[in-house]
Amino acid sequence: MNTKTKKRTSTGYMIIIYAVCIFLTLLSLFPFTIMIVNSTRSTTQIQQHAVSLIPSTYLLKNMAILLGKSFNPFRGFLNSVIISTGATICAVYFSTLTAYGLVVYTWRMKRPFFSFVMAIMMIPSQVTMIGFYQMVYKVHLTNNMLMLILPAIASPAMVFFMRQYMIPALSLEIIQSARIDGAKEFFIFNRIALPIMKPAIATQAIFAFVTNWNNLFTPLVLLTDNKNYTMPIMVSLLKGDIYKTEYGSIYLGLTLTVLPLIAVYLFLSKYIIAGVALGSVKG
Amino acid sequence: MKRKRVSYAKYGYFFCIPFVLAFLIFSLYPIIYTMLIGFTDLKGLGTTNIHILKDDLFKNFKTILGNNSFQTAFRNTWKMWIINFVPQIVLALLLAAWFTDTRSKIKGQGFFKVVFYLPNIITAATVSILFAAFFGHPMGPVNDIFMSLGWSEKPIYFLRNKAVAQGVIEFIQFWQWYGYTMIVLISGILGISPEIFEAAEVDGANRIQTFFYVTIPNLKTILLFSLVTSLIGGLQMFDVPQLFIAKQGPDNATLTTSVFIYNQAFSGSYLYNRAAAASVIMFLIICVASACLFITLRDKEEIELHKLMRQQEKAYRLATRAARKEGKAK
Repeated sequence: MNTKTKKRTSTGYMIIIYAVCIFLTLLSLFPFTIMIVNSTRSTTQIQQHAVSLIPSTYLLKNMAILLGKSFNPFRGFLNSVIISTGATICAVYFSTLTAYGLVVYTWRMKRPFFSFVMAIMMIPSQVTMIGFYQMVYKVHLTNNMLMLILPAIASPAMVFFMRQYMIPALSLEIIQSARIDGAKEFFIFNRIALPIMKPAIATQAIFAFVTNWNNLFTPLVLLTDNKNYTMPIMVSLLKGDIYKTEYGSIYLGLTLTVLPLIAVYLFLSKYIIAGVALGSVKG
Repeated sequence: MKRKRVSYAKYGYFFCIPFVLAFLIFSLYPIIYTMLIGFTDLKGLGTTNIHILKDDLFKNFKTILGNNSFQTAFRNTWKMWIINFVPQIVLALLLAAWFTDTRSKIKGQGFFKVVFYLPNIITAATVSILFAAFFGHPMGPVNDIFMSLGWSEKPIYFLRNKAVAQGVIEFIQFWQWYGYTMIVLISGILGISPEIFEAAEVDGANRIQTFFYVTIPNLKTILLFSLVTSLIGGLQMFDVPQLFIAKQGPDNATLTTSVFIYNQAFSGSYLYNRAAAASVIMFLIICVASACLFITLRDKEEIELHKLMRQQEKAYRLATRAARKEGKAK
């Protein structure tokens, strides 16, 4: 029986594995636990003992202090939702459209174009920000959210992913029969290809959304009006002098930015993790 | 009958136009413009007129390369990336090997994956400020723990220490990314044909031998992918160091090149030309890194890709021919 050999090699080994995993679990959860608990405690309590697992009763007072100053989580949330949703829709729709153009049709520049998409996949956006900012500034669109949404139309990595997914998933016969029925090309894409691509669109949408939601650099450069601040910029305000000693409020502000993400993650973690795995194999 | 023979090729171009336009406007133009600004005298808030430098074309580049802050930022960026990446890939490999080991099933794998990946989806800006609060002075959670355990008598001003400040940022990067790397590697290992592992087991290879002689060699491409994507991200590290300590700590301890570029251009000094020169330098380094990845990956995949595309075209031709025949039959 192989149970014998398994037992001999395994007990100590398994203890080490579980110990490491449990340690890493605590490492992942502990910072957020402290953050959430401290958001309910008063500054004095935190100054006496900054680590505690017992919530206190100062949540509302902290909230009052937090909202009484420049931090406006609701506006930040709304702006972030607008930008992230817009950018996500642009990215998934146009990436699927581009992939469709690459998969379904035969055209002379198709191969070179695909090589080009692969080549520009890794182009770093951050180091070209000076030129981007100057361009946007010249046309007076610095506080326009469209400048954060429209660039998502060209998402080469997503085109690559969509293409890889589309090749086996979309059968050309369906398209042919739709054509015979007299459907227009654009209609076929919207009504037949898009629904077939739904699983891929869902995974890519989650990632695009989270990436845009967490982006600090571009909004920080482009959005100067505090009416347009996104969540990460709001968070950066907590660092300033205004909240210097209001520890409870700082923790609460951080918690408010984290909770929506954790809530979404708990619902979608399965898809997110499957998406990470899928994306890497393709890449 | 002739009307049925529509050429659909134009739709291929047509459907790719939005992508190309967006790329030209929002990526290519800014890249070229950034490069151009690097050779000009553009500075000052609100200035948009550019004048190409006449006396010394490469003046901005020379200034940047000779600038002490840039040199520090450059060293810091590489140092912080390497110190976070090495333990990250080691731990990720170890966990990936454990989680995919068929000889000993680990319970709760799904849970562990979800929890290990969790820090990755949290806004880096939030994480940065949270950790700054943890190491706060006089009373942050870390000081609280140190004093409760009797490791120190009075609060320590951790972030005044250069090594600690850098260390915390390295830890944040490590903590946010090891789960991601682990999942990538797990999917890589699962992609290796199970027969190879079975053969190794039959041949009597133990876990360590299997890991070094079977798993690692078969993971080469994925490891390279992780390395380069992490490098590209690491060289652009911005959110965490920008918000972690005001003015990037003692002796610019946590200054990275992206923060340097941001400070040159957008916080106070508005030296767009110098920031652009620094950007171009970083851009070229990153392009070299991704070109290496592109070439290495292409060698193998290009062949497969060609095959795939040829098959696809063939299938397409057959399909259209069949459709035409059908059309004629009608």
